[in-house]
Order: sequence, then structure tokens, then C-alpha cells
Amino acid sequence: MKSRRFVLTFPPEATGEPITYNLIRKFDIMVNIVKADVSPGQVGHLVMEMTAPSKVLKEGMEYMKQQNVECVPIDRKITYSEDLCIHCGACSAVCFAGALTMNRKTAELEFEPEKCVMCELCLTACPLKLFSIDLG
Amino acid sequence: MAKKRTIEEINEKIRSGRAVVLTAEQVSAMGRELTPSEIVEKVDVVTTGTFGPMCSSGMFINFGHSDPPMRMEKLTMNNVPVFGGIAAVDAYIGATETALPHDQYGGAHVIEELIAGKDVLLQATAKGTDCYPRTEIKTLINRERVNEMIMFNPRNAYQNYNVAVNSTSKMKYTYMGTLLPSFGNATFSTSGELSPLLNDPEMRTIGIGTRIFFGGATGYVAWHGTQFNTGKPVNDHGVPVGNSATLALIGNAKEMDTRFIKAAYFEKYGVSIFVGVGIPIPVLDEDMARRVMIRNSQIETNVIDYGNPANGVLGRADYQSLFSGEITLKGRKIRTAPLSSVKVAREIAAILREEIMSGRFMLTEPVELFRKTTGLNSLQIRL
Repeated sequence: MKSRRFVLTFPPEATGEPITYNLIRKFDIMVNIVKADVSPGQVGHLVMEMTAPSKVLKEGMEYMKQQNVECVPIDRKITYSEDLCIHCGACSAVCFAGALTMNRKTAELEFEPEKCVMCELCLTACPLKLFSIDLG
Repeated sequence: MAKKRTIEEINEKIRSGRAVVLTAEQVSAMGRELTPSEIVEKVDVVTTGTFGPMCSSGMFINFGHSDPPMRMEKLTMNNVPVFGGIAAVDAYIGATETALPHDQYGGAHVIEELIAGKDVLLQATAKGTDCYPRTEIKTLINRERVNEMIMFNPRNAYQNYNVAVNSTSKMKYTYMGTLLPSFGNATFSTSGELSPLLNDPEMRTIGIGTRIFFGGATGYVAWHGTQFNTGKPVNDHGVPVGNSATLALIGNAKEMDTRFIKAAYFEKYGVSIFVGVGIPIPVLDEDMARRVMIRNSQIETNVIDYGNPANGVLGRADYQSLFSGEITLKGRKIRTAPLSSVKVAREIAAILREEIMSGRFMLTEPVELFRKTTGLNSLQIRL
């Protein structure tokens, strides 16, 4: 079973539905909420790690789609312009989650989106402003 | 008798294609197996490199005269104020000057755009004189259209620098990057064993007139840098602990490359500029061999609380630990991160090595060596 991180975007009308509960009870998906920004009547975001066999995960995602909840892998939500990166390491300083680290051998920045918690600190810490987050 | 050689002898070897040139990392690795007397037999030149944010940087520019001519007084380039208090069409673009209220764009960006060959908007006003009647100008300039672009950086290539931590409960935004509360991270900014002045800590071979790699072009050491301080304590390996010597550098920015000059903005601090510097160190004798063999584990610096400067020096860290991603400070493990790019520093050292081996870059004897200093003056409030 593989764990993957997703960004869930809830339309205002979906926030009344116990989606996370149903993912656990109906689909037996192990969920770990990394970050939540959900308020009634507003577009909400949930950064969530989901662990389940890929078939089950697919069913869960299909269910979310029916509920108008967008579910996108985190690496499609947070991106950085790798070709412009000078590998200074300033972003790795603030990445307490360990998604941005410096490779000791190559001295290059490494980005593991699966560890990202969407804290957004790298957006401002990068002196070249190469990171961007698309939350729609 | 111990081997000694002169810079002229090394240049002769470079001319005949016999010089052995290694990067500072290569010679540090060799130093694990070989003694200084063996290194001096085998190696002629060691190349160094650094690519970090260096705020005390800027560029002189001469725009050429318009018709009718103008004695420019108040100037902006891409809306960034530039210093025009020198002759008619000369100006100095300070890297950290910003285009208020958009303080994320500044002189460093103007410099980078000029080096990239882009058009930059020049606007100036003047009172007008009999010999310079024009009072206003608005035009586009670029690298090809101006007479000179001379990078002159009063303080670059710091010999060692502090490690920054933050003891407070709030995030601190500094020139050492964003510091997380409660010792959440530690940042540092030198290229360690690759760094120019750490490979010649007493500056026996680096002085006024030393030819260097500067922003992708050939440059020169113009003077000692501002806040030059050789009075810092040295550790057991002869390396100053904490920020000490600095260099003032000069070079032709028209020949520079934006791979090695990069504008930066540090959150809630301001604009700075990454400058690429590489200095060749001639291995003149055993003492110089011992210096260039220095390894990250032997270079140490002070850990300073940027959250509460009154706390002074909190401890000492070596660069092997700093580059490992973690240091231990008073029993507490702290995540570390660099601010200067070792990847680009390596590229610089490698380019300089190639240039020397191919005979395109000859070493220079310093015109004058730097004097020793005893410390720095602080600014007293006297009124």
C-alpha cells in the first residue's frame, strides 16, 4: 500500500458532507490530515495523506469527484522553477517538514512533494521567488 | 630543503601546459592521504569559488552624452533610484537600493537585467546649466548602448561568516534568511573548504591587483574590503572563527554572465545580490599547501542569536556539521541550511581550473599585500 499526499479542494456546498469520515468508513482509506483550512460557506482546502490499495484509492477519489471535491496530488499544486534554481538552500532552511533538502553530494536542492505540508514558507524564503502554489 | 616556487615559475608552467591545477575540494580530499610537502610537490595552483548573497555590491555606469547634453542629478533606472552625485552621465547602481513602494525589486535586478542585455528605463532630471542645458530625459538603455558598466563591490567574499539562529518565539526575517522560532533552524553562508579567503587565511597570495574570476568575467581585487578585520581569533587550524577579512572587487560587468550574478530578495529584509567569485591560490610552499588542504571539519565559526543579539555568541560550529544538515548547540540538535550555493561555487572553481590549465588565465603577483588590522570601529552616537 502506498501513501500519497493530496490537496482536496471543497466547494462551499460540500463542506456540510462528512467526506473524510466516509473515506475512512466506506472505503477503509487510512487518512492523515496534514493541514486543514475549511470554513462553512467558503472554498476549503485539506492537505491529506491517504493510504490504501490503489483500487480502493481510485474508488475513494471517484466518490470525492461525485461530491464535487477536487483531489489533486500535492506535486501538481506546489511547483518551483527548477531550471532557474541556484541551489542556495534558503528554502530548505524553513522546510521543517523535510520536503526540501540539500543533497550533500551534489549540493543540489531536492524536493520531495510527498513530505510537503503546504505551510507555504518556501514561497517567501526563496530569494529568487521560484515557488508557486496553485490552490485554484 | 623544503620546496618553494614563485608565481612567475607557476605562470611559466601554465604557459607550457605543465601546471597542475586542482580545485580546493580536490586538494582537501588529497590532503587526507598526503602531507603538505607531498602536496607542494604535486600541485601548483588551487582554485576556489563562492556564490553567495553579497549586499555590498554595485555597478558604475556611464550612459554616454545625449544631444543636447545633460548633467544628470536625480536618476532612476527601472524606477530604482541610482546615485548620480558624480560627473554628468556617470552613476552608481547600488545593489540593495529599491523601487519604493515595490521593495522586492532593486538595484540588483537592474544590474542583472543589464548584464542579461535587456533594455532598462533611464529617467533623470537636472536643473540645467550653460554647458549641460537639458533638464529631463527618459529613454531606454542597454549593455551595448552604454559606455561602461564597471562592477565595483566594496565588500565581497567574506572570510568566514556567522551561523544564524533564533532563540525567540517569533519568526525572524533577516539577511541570513528566514529564521524559525525556538532554534528551529540555523543558516550559514560560506562555501567552506571551497571559499577563497579560507584557503589563504593570512592572505599571503591575495592582495591588491590579484586577478580573479568575478561574475563570469575576469576581475581584480581592488582593495581590502570594507569592515576588513584580521583581528579575529584563529582556531587550531589557522582559520579565523567568524567574519573577518573581506575584499573590494572590480570587473567589467559587460562581460559578466547572469549565471554568476543573480538578484535576490530576502523576505522582509530587502534586495541583495548573489555574486560569483573565484580566486586562484598559488601553492608557493609547504605553508600554502597546508592552507589549501583545509577541510570543512577544520573550519569553524560562531553561532549567533539573530533573534536576540544581546545573547552574543552561543557556540561554535564546524562546516562539516553545518553541511551535514544538523549541528548540536548546547545539547540541542538544530537543522542547518546554507544560503550560498556550493553547486555554483564548484562550477566557478572548475571553470577557473579549466581557464588556468588552458593558459587563458595567468596568475598575478599582488601589487601590495593587505595590512593587518586590530578590529573595527563602531558608530558612536555623539549628539
